[in-house]
Amino acid sequence: MKEEILVLKKISKYFPGIRALDEVDFKIRTGEVHALVGENGAGKSTLVKIMTGIYQPSSGDIYLNGAKVVFPSPIHSQKAGISAIHQEATMFPELSVLENIFMGHHIKKSERGLLDWVEMRKRTKELLDRLEMDIEVDIPVKNLSVAQRHMVEIAKALSRDARIVIMDEPTSALTLKEVEYLYRIIRKLRAQGRAIIFISHKFEEVFEIAEHFTVLRDGKFIGEGEIKDTSPDKIIKMVVGRTLDKMFPKVETKPGPVVLKVEGLSKPGVFKDVSFELHQGEILGFFGLIGAGRSEIMQTIFGIDPKGEGEIFIKGEQVNIRNPKEAMDKGMAYIPEDRQLQGAILEMTIKDNITLPIVDKLSRVIFLNQPKEWEITEKYGKDMDIKAATWQQLVLALSGGNQQKVVLAKWLATIPEILIMDEPTKGIDVGTKVAVHSIMSKLAKEGIAIILISSELPEIIGMSDRIIVMHEGIITNCLDRKEASSEKIIKAATGILE
Amino acid sequence: MNLIKRREFTLLILIIIQILLITLRAPRFFNISNFRDILDDTAILFMVAIGQMLVILTSGIDLSVASSLAFSGMSVALLNQYHPEISVFIILFLSIIIGFILGSFNGLLVAYGNIPPIITTLGTMSIYRGLVFVLSKGTWVSAHEMTDSFRLFPRIHVFGISSLLIISLVVIILFSIFLYYTRTGREIYGVGGNITAAQYVGINLRKIRYLVFALGGGICGLSGFLWVARYASAQSDTAIGFELQTIAACVIGGTSIAGGSGSIMGVVLGALFLGIIKNALPVINVSPFWQMFIQGFIIIVAIIINTVMSQRNQQLILKKREL
Amino acid sequence: MADKNKRLRKLNITEWLMRWETMLFFILVLIIIINSRISPYFLNYVNIMNTTFNFTEKAIIALPMIFVIICGDIDISVASIIALCSVFMGLASTFGVQTGGLVLIGCLTGIAAGFFNGIIITRLNVPAIAVTIGSMSLFRGIAYVILGDKAFTKYPSSFAFFGQGYLGNSGIPFQLVLFAVLAIFFAIILHRTTLGRKIYAIGNNPIASRFSGIPVANVRLLNFTLTGFCSGIASILLTSRIGSTRPNIAEGWELEVITTVVLGGVAITGGKGNILGVIISIFLLGFLRFGMGLVNVPGKVMSIVSGFLLIIAILLPEFIRNIRERVFLGKEKIRRGYKDETSGV
Repeated sequence: MKEEILVLKKISKYFPGIRALDEVDFKIRTGEVHALVGENGAGKSTLVKIMTGIYQPSSGDIYLNGAKVVFPSPIHSQKAGISAIHQEATMFPELSVLENIFMGHHIKKSERGLLDWVEMRKRTKELLDRLEMDIEVDIPVKNLSVAQRHMVEIAKALSRDARIVIMDEPTSALTLKEVEYLYRIIRKLRAQGRAIIFISHKFEEVFEIAEHFTVLRDGKFIGEGEIKDTSPDKIIKMVVGRTLDKMFPKVETKPGPVVLKVEGLSKPGVFKDVSFELHQGEILGFFGLIGAGRSEIMQTIFGIDPKGEGEIFIKGEQVNIRNPKEAMDKGMAYIPEDRQLQGAILEMTIKDNITLPIVDKLSRVIFLNQPKEWEITEKYGKDMDIKAATWQQLVLALSGGNQQKVVLAKWLATIPEILIMDEPTKGIDVGTKVAVHSIMSKLAKEGIAIILISSELPEIIGMSDRIIVMHEGIITNCLDRKEASSEKIIKAATGILE
Repeated sequence: MNLIKRREFTLLILIIIQILLITLRAPRFFNISNFRDILDDTAILFMVAIGQMLVILTSGIDLSVASSLAFSGMSVALLNQYHPEISVFIILFLSIIIGFILGSFNGLLVAYGNIPPIITTLGTMSIYRGLVFVLSKGTWVSAHEMTDSFRLFPRIHVFGISSLLIISLVVIILFSIFLYYTRTGREIYGVGGNITAAQYVGINLRKIRYLVFALGGGICGLSGFLWVARYASAQSDTAIGFELQTIAACVIGGTSIAGGSGSIMGVVLGALFLGIIKNALPVINVSPFWQMFIQGFIIIVAIIINTVMSQRNQQLILKKREL
Repeated sequence: MADKNKRLRKLNITEWLMRWETMLFFILVLIIIINSRISPYFLNYVNIMNTTFNFTEKAIIALPMIFVIICGDIDISVASIIALCSVFMGLASTFGVQTGGLVLIGCLTGIAAGFFNGIIITRLNVPAIAVTIGSMSLFRGIAYVILGDKAFTKYPSSFAFFGQGYLGNSGIPFQLVLFAVLAIFFAIILHRTTLGRKIYAIGNNPIASRFSGIPVANVRLLNFTLTGFCSGIASILLTSRIGSTRPNIAEGWELEVITTVVLGGVAITGGKGNILGVIISIFLLGFLRFGMGLVNVPGKVMSIVSGFLLIIAILLPEFIRNIRERVFLGKEKIRRGYKDETSGV
C-alpha cells in the first residue's frame, strides 16, 4: 500500500511586497509521480524551495512519514532524503562533472577519513552509464551543453539516493529524445518506490508521466486529484482560471512595410545563419527551448553582446549597432527576460527607473530636468496602470506584475518603433499578464513592430502574427498565424525539420 | 583539470627559462647552494601564499597577512626576551595560536558581520600593525635579545635541509591533503565557484568563510615566528608590504581572483617564480628598489594573461560545440 | 498622486534623527566639544583653519572615491598615485621645470595613472581590487626605482603656495578653498546631473544599466580617471606642503580615504551614498585625529582607531537597519504586499 511520505499543510510564504504562497496544501505518496502544475509565478518554485530547506515557510507545517519536521537548511532536507533538481543554474562551472555530482556529500574512505576519489569516480561512471551519458567525469561543467548539464543535475540527485526527488521543469532544455529517456529514468525511480515531484507547465508531459496532480495559481492551492479522473481541459481551467481567448486579446492588424531585416546573423556556438524580417504593426513570435539562442540573437541585435557575422537593416538601411545606446537611437527597445537582474533597478525609485534610458534627453545644459522627469513618469506610470503609493517608491517593494509594468513603462518612454519583448509575462500574475497582452495588441495597432520571445506555447500562438521556431541556434520553421499549431511548433522546436 | 595542469606546466617552463636567462647573465647564479638559499628565502612565502589562496578561493582577499605575521612575530620575540626559559616548541605552538586568533577575528567579521573581505582586512591590516607598535612600545627585539634556540631554530638542518624549509614543505603537504582529500577542502572551492549552488547542496557558507581566514591566520602566526627568528629581529614594520607578494604568488599561480579555481602547486610555483626574481636582482646587478615595481608589473601582467586566456578558452569551447 | 509625493518629501523627525548624516553630525559636534575642552585654543579661528591642512589632501581624493565606490568598485592605489606624481614633479623640478609646469605634470601623471587602472578594469572586466592591488605596487615601485633611498627637496619657492598658502589675508588655506570648490563640483555632478543618476544606476545594477543604454564601462573608466586626477592634485598639495618627496610619501592613505568615504555613509556594496555625509565624515575624522594628537596619541595608534572605525562604519548601519526594519517597516511591508497583490489581480 502506498503511504503518504511528505505532507505540507497550510504553507504560506511572504516576501517584501510579495505573497508567494498562501496556505498551500500538498501531499505525496511513495512510488508516485506527482505533478505540481501551475503557470510561471504560481508559486511552484517557492514551494520547492520550502521543501528543500532553502526557504523557511512564514507559516504552516511539514510532515515527513507522519512526523512534524522543520528544515532549517538544505542539509536537513537532504538528510531527510529530499533531493531537488532546480530550475536555476546550481552548478559549479569551474569544477568537474564528478565534483558537481558529489559536492556537499563527497564519499570518504571511513567515517573520519579522507576522500575516496577512486570510489567516487567509479560511482560517477556508474551513474553516467545508468543515464546513458557519454561524457568524461573530469571535464569542467562549464564545457558542457545545457542539456548535458541538466543530466548532471539528475545524476547529482540520484547520487544522493533520495527517497523524494523533485524535478523543477526538467524537460525545458531537453530534446524529444532526451525527454523520452528522462521518462524512462523517472519510471525506474518510481518502480524503486521513490516519490517524484514533477513540475511542469506543459500538460502533455503531465498526462504522459504523472498519476497524481496538484494545481497552484497565484500562490494559492487550487485543487488536486488523480490524473486518470481528469482531462487536460479541466486542468487548464484550474491553472489559468479563465478561458484562453480572454487571456490573449489579440487585435488583427495589417502589417506595414519591413522595419527590421536580419540576414545571416551568426555567432559561433550560439546561433547560426539567422535571417528574418519584421513588419510594422506586426507581432513576430519566437519560440524555442531553453538554449535555443533566442535571447542571444536579440541581445546581439540590440548591441548588448558583441556583433557577430551577418547584416542588420533597419528600414532598408544597413546599420552597425555597437551598444544599446545606438540601438535606442535607431528606435529599438529591448525588454529583457530577467526582470530583476536585467530589467529594473530594484533599489531605485519608480521614477528613476522609468526615466533611466532617456536620462540624457532630459538634461538642460548639464543639469537634470526634474519637472520633465515627473511629467514623463506620471504619463507612462498612469498609462501602464502601475499600482504604487508614490512614484518615489522603490521598485523592490512592488509586486512582480507591477515591477514588469515599470520595465514596460521605462521602454515605452523611449518611444520605440521596434519593441523586442523577451518573456514579458514570465512570473507575473494572470491579471497583469492579460494587461501586458492588451498593451501589446494596442502597440501593434499603433504601428509598432514587436518581437515576442516566449516559452509559453499558448502565449505565442495567441499573440503572434507569425511564429519563428528555433532549435539549438538555428531557425527550424516559420509559421503563419493561420497555419500554426502546437504540434508543428513543438516538432520544430525539438529539431524535427519538415 | 587538464587546464590547471597545463597552467602549472607552463609556469614550470617559465621558471626554467627564467633560471637559464639569469645564468646567462651571471653564471655564478647556477649552483646548488644558491638554489638552497632561494628555497629557504621563499619558504615563508610558500606558506603564507597558501593561506592567501584559501581566502582567494572563496572570492575573498586577505590584506592583513603581513600585519598578522608581524604581530605574532613580535609577540613571541618579546615572550622569548622576557621568558627565555620557555621552550621553542611552545613558542612555535603559541605563534600558531596567536595567528589563528587574529585570523579568526577577520573570519568572524566577514562571515558573521557580512563585511566584504577587502574592507575587513584593510581595517585589520592597520589595526594589527598598530598593535605591534603598542605591544613593543615602538622598540625592536634584536638578535642579542633572543635566545640561541629561538634565533637558530629555522637554521637547524636535517639531511642538509633547513627546518624552515621542512616546516614549509609540511604545510604545503598538509594543505594539499586538506584541499584535495577532505570535504571541507572541496567545499572551499564550491563556495567560490557558485554561492547559490553551494547553499543548495547544503554547504555552510559561514563556516567556510570563517575557516579560510582562521587557517590563513594560523599560517601567518607560524610564519611570524619563523620570520623573526630567521632575520633575528622583530620590528614594528616587519614584513611590511608582504601581503602583495602573497597575492602576486596566487595570481601568477593561476588562482582566479573571482574565486573557485586555483591549485596549491600553482601557487607554490608562483611563489618560487617571485623568489627567484628577488634573489637574482643583486646577482645581475639590479638595485633592490626594482623589486616592488617588478612585483606590481607581474601582478598586472598575470591578471591580464589569466583573463585573456580564460576568455579565449571559453570561445574555443563555444566554437567546438556543433550547431 | 502629486499630493502624496509632496507629503513624502516633508521631513519626518524620527526619520531625520535616524539618518546616518544626522548621527555623524552629532558625533562631529561632540568631537569639537571634547577637543575644545582639551585645548582652549582649538576653536580659535586661526587654529581651526590650520587644522584643516591635515586632512584636505585626503578629502580631495575622497570625492572621486565616492563615485568609484558607489559604482561598486574600489581603488586602493591612490596613495601610490600620490607617490608617483610627487616623484615625477620632483624629477622635473631638478631639471628646472617651474611651478606651472610642475602642476601640469602632477595632474597629467595622476590622470594617466587613473586611466591606466580604469582601462584595464573596464576593458578586461577584471575586479578593481585585483588591478589596483597590482598598480599600488607598480606605481610606488616606479617611485622607488627613480628615487631609491634618496629624496627630492628642491622645489621652486612659488610652488610652496599650494600646500602652505592662504587666500589673501583671510586666513583661509588655499587647500581648503580648493577642496570646497571641488566638493561643490562633485556634489552637483552626483546629485543634479545625468551622470550622477547613471552612477547610482550602475552601482545598484550594472547589468540592467547596460541594458538601458548606459555606457557602464565608460562611466567607470571616468571615475578611475577622476580619482587619478584628484590624487594628482592631492600630490601637488602634499608635496608643496612638506616640500620634499620620498618614495614612501602618503603611505597608508588609501585606508584613510576609504574609511572616510565608508564612514560617510557610502555603501561598500555600491549604489548608496551622498556627498554631504562624506563631507561631515571628513571633518569628523580630521578633528578626531587632531584631538588625538592633542593628547599625544602616536600615529600608529591612530591607525588602529582608523581601522576600527572602518569596520564599525560598516557594521553599524547594517545593525541599525536591522533594528529599524524590525521596529518600523516589518509589518508595513507585508501589509503593502497584500494590498498590491489583491489590487493587481
